[in-house]
Amino acid sequence: MKLFFHGGGCGDSCCLRVQDLSVTIGSERILHNVNMHVHCGELVALIGPNGAGKSTFLKAVLGQRDYDGVIAFSSPGQRERRPRIGYVPQSPAFDPGDPVCVADLFACCMSKRPAFLGLSKAMRTKVLECLERVHGEDLIDKRVGTLSGGELQRVLLALALEPLPNILILDEPLSGVDAEGTGALMEMLDEIRKTYDLSILMTTHDFSILDKYADQVVLIDRTVLSQGSPQDVLDSEAFRRVFHRGGGKS
Amino acid sequence: MSIWYWICELLPLEMLRWDFMRNALLAILLMAPLFGLLSTMIVTGRMSFFSDALGHSAFTGIAIGCICGVAAPTWVAVIFSLVFALLFSYVRSRSNQAADTLIGVFSSTAVALGIFIATLGGGSFTKYNKYLIGDILSVTPGEIGMLALVLVAVLIFWVIYSNRLTLTSIHPQLASSRGIPVGVSQTIFTAAIAVVVTLSISSVGLLILNSLLVLPGASARNVAKNLKQYHLLSVLFALFAGVGGLVVSYYWGASAGAAISLVLALIFAVTFCFRKARV
Repeated sequence: MKLFFHGGGCGDSCCLRVQDLSVTIGSERILHNVNMHVHCGELVALIGPNGAGKSTFLKAVLGQRDYDGVIAFSSPGQRERRPRIGYVPQSPAFDPGDPVCVADLFACCMSKRPAFLGLSKAMRTKVLECLERVHGEDLIDKRVGTLSGGELQRVLLALALEPLPNILILDEPLSGVDAEGTGALMEMLDEIRKTYDLSILMTTHDFSILDKYADQVVLIDRTVLSQGSPQDVLDSEAFRRVFHRGGGKS
Repeated sequence: MSIWYWICELLPLEMLRWDFMRNALLAILLMAPLFGLLSTMIVTGRMSFFSDALGHSAFTGIAIGCICGVAAPTWVAVIFSLVFALLFSYVRSRSNQAADTLIGVFSSTAVALGIFIATLGGGSFTKYNKYLIGDILSVTPGEIGMLALVLVAVLIFWVIYSNRLTLTSIHPQLASSRGIPVGVSQTIFTAAIAVVVTLSISSVGLLILNSLLVLPGASARNVAKNLKQYHLLSVLFALFAGVGGLVVSYYWGASAGAAISLVLALIFAVTFCFRKARV
């Protein structure tokens, strides 16, 4: 497995470069010959049918899965070798009975002080600052199990943004979120991307957001079948073949 | 102990005239926070059935210790429980069976092995009653000292590890994405429960051990809105039930362990009635 910053190729504008990536689990080859570039400040949407290897690809980028090939990062202005990656996992909802509020969740993730002793004033202020980024200050004392799909994604997003990452990776952030919540969440991601100059890599089954928000779409089914602008991919022969329909939005 | 006895003499309670009641009260004051804390994580992590199975494995360990003629079978039981817990964690991580199915497999095997060993060669089962029913009233100063050590160890463990354990329990994927080794965390907690359960079994007894490990947390979960309330209420419920159960058992002449369990059950019933009141 290789994980390093690369320079050149796309110059400083390339934030993540994936070259000849393959992932094999047991005897099954999940991904092969995947090549992809994510430029800085770009929102890249990864689409594909169920079982296409999208989540496996994200895990390889996160370093949670062994792979062959090259995953290289560059980060202008950052001296550290390893990039900071913010990750919002595909989220089954929390148990509604869990007596854990949003502040507790942040404390468990970010603080060394045991969350069961309650939050210090400084920590509570910090949590409010984090939630402010996703317009979710009012969620701080809500139990995580009672959050709606959209609220939960905002909270997980706020967690992934602390500390501010170089790349933000989201696995199916729109699943379980209603149409209104989808629009609000995508607007927020767009705002965050511009405010903090982040690259965003996300998987989704919701093609309706691609035209408006994605800079690049990558259609994947074990390997890259098509990539380019949203319209190019949605109009491609590969898209029609995989999803058994004509181009355009779902 | 002499300081504790001196404090007891100052208290205007008739039952504290007896040394065995003083010992039992001190043991309960130590066990309540211990079980109250562990209970929160056992309930959140859906491990109540597992803690019961661990109690059974501890009993088997004690039977092995007795048959081998070891002076202190408790330590054999601790080792056996640890092996049981680690083996269970290993099998669970490599099996596609549901956790409760595997617990059933391990639990029934442990019980069968314990009874088989205990009755080997026509041996009597009577001497194991102490571990099955338990008798808090016969707790010795040595056992109280050990409970105090276990409590201190669990408190230290809790301060260092509870954030990671909580995150692992409520959302393993999120915990993993934050760099927490989920499997290792679960194994460490499992091993900790194994040690605590086994060391407590002789004073509490197998039959009511599980109620002490589950009911305080389950009751607190009915009404708590955050982790602070959850832990605080769980410990308070365990304390109230421990002391209340001891008083009830003294004046009514019943088993202290059973009385403590019944008070806990009552607390659960009351909190259950108020569960809808929370936001």
